[in-house]
Amino acid sequence: MSYEELRLVWWALLGILLIGFAVMDGFDLGSAALLPWVARSDIERRQVVNSIGPVWEGNQVWFILGGGAIFAAWPALYAASFSGFYLAMFAILVALIFRPLAITYRSKLVNPRWRGAWDWILFATGVVPSLIFGVAFGNLFLGVPFTFDSDLRFHADFSLFSLLTPFALVVGLVSLSMIVLHGATWLSLKTDGPVATRARGAVLPAAGAFVVLFVIAGIWLNALTAYAVTSPFVPDGPSNPMLKAVAAGGTWFANYAAHPLLWLAPALAVAGAAGAVLLRRLWAFIASGLACAATIATAGFALFPFLLPSSSDPNAGLTVWDASSSKLTLAIMLAVTLIFLPLVLAYTGWVFRVLRGPVKASDIEHGSY
Amino acid sequence: MDIVELSRLQFAATALYHFLFVPLTLGLSLILLIMETVYVMTGRAIWRDMVKFWGTLFGINFAMGVATGVTMEFQFGTNWAYYAHYVGDVFGAPLAIEGLMAFFLEATLVGLFFFGWNRLSKVGHLIVTAGVAVGSQFSALWILIANGWMQFPIGAKFNPDTMRMEVSDFSAVLFNPVAQAKFVHTVAAGYVTGSMFVLAISALYLLQKRFRPLALRSMTVAASFGLAGALCVVVLGDESGYTASENQKMKIAAIEAMWETEPAPASFTLVGIPDRAGRKTDYAVQIPWVLGLITTRSIDKQVPGINDLVKLAQLRIRNGLIAYGTLARLRADRGNADLRKALDAHVADLGYALLLKRYRPDIENATDAEIARAADSTIPNVPVLFWAFRVMVACGFWFIALFGTAFYFSATRKLERYRLFLYAALFSLPLPWLAAELGWIVAEYGRQPWVIEGVLPTFLGVSGTDAHNVLFSLIGFVVFYSGLAVADVYLMVKYIRLGPDETLGHPVAPPGALAEVAA
Repeated sequence: MSYEELRLVWWALLGILLIGFAVMDGFDLGSAALLPWVARSDIERRQVVNSIGPVWEGNQVWFILGGGAIFAAWPALYAASFSGFYLAMFAILVALIFRPLAITYRSKLVNPRWRGAWDWILFATGVVPSLIFGVAFGNLFLGVPFTFDSDLRFHADFSLFSLLTPFALVVGLVSLSMIVLHGATWLSLKTDGPVATRARGAVLPAAGAFVVLFVIAGIWLNALTAYAVTSPFVPDGPSNPMLKAVAAGGTWFANYAAHPLLWLAPALAVAGAAGAVLLRRLWAFIASGLACAATIATAGFALFPFLLPSSSDPNAGLTVWDASSSKLTLAIMLAVTLIFLPLVLAYTGWVFRVLRGPVKASDIEHGSY
Repeated sequence: MDIVELSRLQFAATALYHFLFVPLTLGLSLILLIMETVYVMTGRAIWRDMVKFWGTLFGINFAMGVATGVTMEFQFGTNWAYYAHYVGDVFGAPLAIEGLMAFFLEATLVGLFFFGWNRLSKVGHLIVTAGVAVGSQFSALWILIANGWMQFPIGAKFNPDTMRMEVSDFSAVLFNPVAQAKFVHTVAAGYVTGSMFVLAISALYLLQKRFRPLALRSMTVAASFGLAGALCVVVLGDESGYTASENQKMKIAAIEAMWETEPAPASFTLVGIPDRAGRKTDYAVQIPWVLGLITTRSIDKQVPGINDLVKLAQLRIRNGLIAYGTLARLRADRGNADLRKALDAHVADLGYALLLKRYRPDIENATDAEIARAADSTIPNVPVLFWAFRVMVACGFWFIALFGTAFYFSATRKLERYRLFLYAALFSLPLPWLAAELGWIVAEYGRQPWVIEGVLPTFLGVSGTDAHNVLFSLIGFVVFYSGLAVADVYLMVKYIRLGPDETLGHPVAPPGALAEVAA
């Protein structure tokens, strides 16, 4: 494979890992965010917690693997985004550390204050990362103020609060509503009784909010100024972002204008949300998963070839062609991924099959869960 | 404090905290596998109950390990951005493979370990437990391949176009001898930790005369597994020292507080008071020949002392400055093949020149005094290494003695006879953690001033973020982690106090179980 092809494949894999995270960890986050609304008694809350209890650890690995894969395949992106969004990353980390402990520890003591405290923590750890991930994505389209010096040391100049622009907040809400929708279809599949009924009731408002916000974000995106590479196209050059020229101008829909087939992605995002409302149980869950996947694809297609545009020094923006690992590392990591990702999917599928069926209130009352 | 000190403090604090949970996962997962194998082979319910009881404690610990591990994976990006840029091409790969190959396996299956008892056959559940145990060991392997490369960066080359290290020989990274030695040493330390945990809590039950059947059986497993682990950890620690002596001579010299090169074979300083300023070790009690034998496995090879290594560092700094100057000219004239060749000739010492960046940005104009200071900065903190190493090794020998005794008593059925032994087992509970943390201090603090030995100084690896952000997150981690530690210890103590009967909701000693032990 050529360096160009490897970079393209790793761009696609980056998207697949983000989608894996959104689809798998998304229903955990969404269930946690819905906890105060769908569950009223302790038994009902345990239904919600136990529906994700056996699977959250595996799901969280999608996030960790995402971080590891970005480190290995896109080290410049890893360094720039993680250090640039420092406090946002810290907030996500705290949420992702608290959440598993809330799931594991809450039911270990009977004390209602202990359980109540963990329930609120669980709720917050569902909402906060969903929102922040969306805000971070929104900022990609606005460009982030950063540059590199001659040693390729990354210099950023922005604070957490400068990231909270109105557009980014709308994208954050798109992300939150998408995750809540996905959590709602999960809970209506994996619980019974009143919890399942209330979760089912949350599907329509969540799907409606998602579609409206998604369309608003799209219209707003069209009004933003995009970036474009103006120097000659070098797909197999060294990964040094300072060797190219970038200018502000054009729209983020340029890729869509050039390749109309890409419109399938936003169409599928809306269709997935509609499917979650119209279909039932497993099919509704698959539909909301599709909405998550298609939403991420929509954003990725619009940004391409950019990974992280710079607003203060556009030339420094990271693209698919100048932010990757070496050719050898990309090739090795691709081989490893092709061997192990199918294995991961196989045993994850097996685990979900073993755990199939809803978590019933009666099971919890009889202590068999 | 500046951003370098804050970032180092945060990394050290979160890494040492994370490693409170890792060794117990490594050891206890295999102990659970041994117990469950006995259950599947014999069909005796008490062994299943043992798996469930120790498994409950395993679960409390495992969640903390997973949760605090996330921090480790992300800190390279948040706090060590230049490090991530400079070596991500090499260092990122084993981390990503760890997630894909190992962490996914253990994390996906661990849910079924707890929730799958009624949904899986006996053998099916055993396979799940085995998957969790195997996944944990592989996890350690990949992390230590990454860490081994920081100690001994082979299989990679500096690329002047991208200003970073890139993989040139992946199998060299994979089969790095330092990584292999560190892996076996680290997992063996985990086996000792897991065994000590089971041994100490079982000893407590025997002292309290509670849950005798479960405690005796658990102790037997812990005694044999722990003895094997303790022997491995000492022997393979020695192997680790041998591989370090090949490429981290300064670390070895600092551990030994050996300022001057001695005639071969060098003697081993058992105890003494290292004096950093005076560059001497007072009141040294030395054993002739031992250091030379351990580190060179010969009687004629020399072990270089700190002062000679500093002189060598000066030469390497001067050589590195040639590489640095060539690199600057190459940036202005990227097509020049002669400059590339000239860079290749000196690039191995480029990292040494970068040590000067602490004193001035335009290092090509460095004075002789600054070069001498930079060379002196290659000496790690000798007294800390000297004592951390000795306490760790003393723990190692104590583990062999304790588990050897436990093994003998278990073979001769005298585990309950001597209360002194039971107290010794109980009060040794914190020692494996102490030894493991000290081991990491020796390995990583002993690597200073390098983050990648000889390639990248630690102070250059930090992010460009504002120091206040790091101060904020550091305080956040300390407060947050302290709270979690309280919750973790509280739950552990609660379940240990409750004991197996109440944890599982039924008595674990079946009728006739006592007779079975006596038989």
